[in-house]
Amino acid sequence: MKAIDPHIHMVSRTTDDYLKLAVSGIHTVSEPAFWAGFDRSSADCFRDYFHQLTVVEPARAARFGIRHFCWIGLNSKEAENLELSREVLAILPEYLDRPTALGIGEVGLNKNSRNEIKVLEQQLQLAVDRSELLLIHTPHLEDKLKGTRIIMNMILSEPKLDPSRVLIDHAEEHTIGEIKEQGFWFGLTLYPNSKGSPERAIDAVEIFGTERICINSSADWSVSDPLSVLKCANEMRRRGHPEESINKVFYENPKSFLSQCPKFQVG
Amino acid sequence: MTVPYRPLKAPEILDLYFIENRARLLDIASFLDRIDRHEGAAQARSDFRYQAFVKSVAALLASTDERTKAVQLLCSDMSSEPLESAVGLKAVGAWQGGDDEGN
Repeated sequence: MKAIDPHIHMVSRTTDDYLKLAVSGIHTVSEPAFWAGFDRSSADCFRDYFHQLTVVEPARAARFGIRHFCWIGLNSKEAENLELSREVLAILPEYLDRPTALGIGEVGLNKNSRNEIKVLEQQLQLAVDRSELLLIHTPHLEDKLKGTRIIMNMILSEPKLDPSRVLIDHAEEHTIGEIKEQGFWFGLTLYPNSKGSPERAIDAVEIFGTERICINSSADWSVSDPLSVLKCANEMRRRGHPEESINKVFYENPKSFLSQCPKFQVG
Repeated sequence: MTVPYRPLKAPEILDLYFIENRARLLDIASFLDRIDRHEGAAQARSDFRYQAFVKSVAALLASTDERTKAVQLLCSDMSSEPLESAVGLKAVGAWQGGDDEGN
């Protein structure tokens, strides 16, 4: 089968993982800018990272016939530092102009603090000014419901932001309904220890339907699995769902969402 | 030719998932036993994360098809005011403020 992983952090993965993706049927990936596992010390560190996202990774992926796209933004974990945030936000347009940058992401909230909200407001305004797609990170664990509601209120209070051009990621059972009701796309993340399993993701497909859902691995430097998207597709298959529905969830849906950016092309 | 979709019947779901979920249940039982047999068990049992955990275990016995959502809510911050600062904070999986509101 063919699948797209719309959220995977290949900067943290080995080149061997690109081979695994390619031979398994994932020929298109999109990589949001995220927290590196440590706080960066200056805006120049972000310049290097955005260069890696827009130049190094597309070239590394191309060796295996994989198309690599990315999202540019300042993650919420480092947004607590307002001075650094101001400097990083100033350089975002330069990298958003790059040919494989699909929009602003992953931006959102981490602990739902006032500084995180301030920085998110500025990045939402940038999305309005540039008509960018948005990939939204929602907080982890106990902070998710509150953060998802704050983020949705912020977006919905800006009439120039169209929910159909926004994907709210890391949704779980207690947030999916509210996200979908408001017209947003939503992402489910398969993460072995702390987020969703393939079984729960397909439960969500069965409960909420196949519209506006994207499933991703978010594979990164922590315990994660770059092939989890395909394992989840297999879970859907073993429950007897037809190939058309599986193809819709794992290929057509991410293609539809990402294709709203004219730079996007499937591999 | 397209094969029409036939959702699994509940007994088939039981067949398919029973063994792996039996193992998960044993992991939870042994986690609670492990806390009980080590020094400081009373302190651990009074921790808000433990309290949210056992309330969640109790929620599994409810007659509803939304147990998963119920567990998520039992472990969630239900407030709406932003934090003044996130410095030094990280997610721990349950909400310390939950005890006061019967969460």
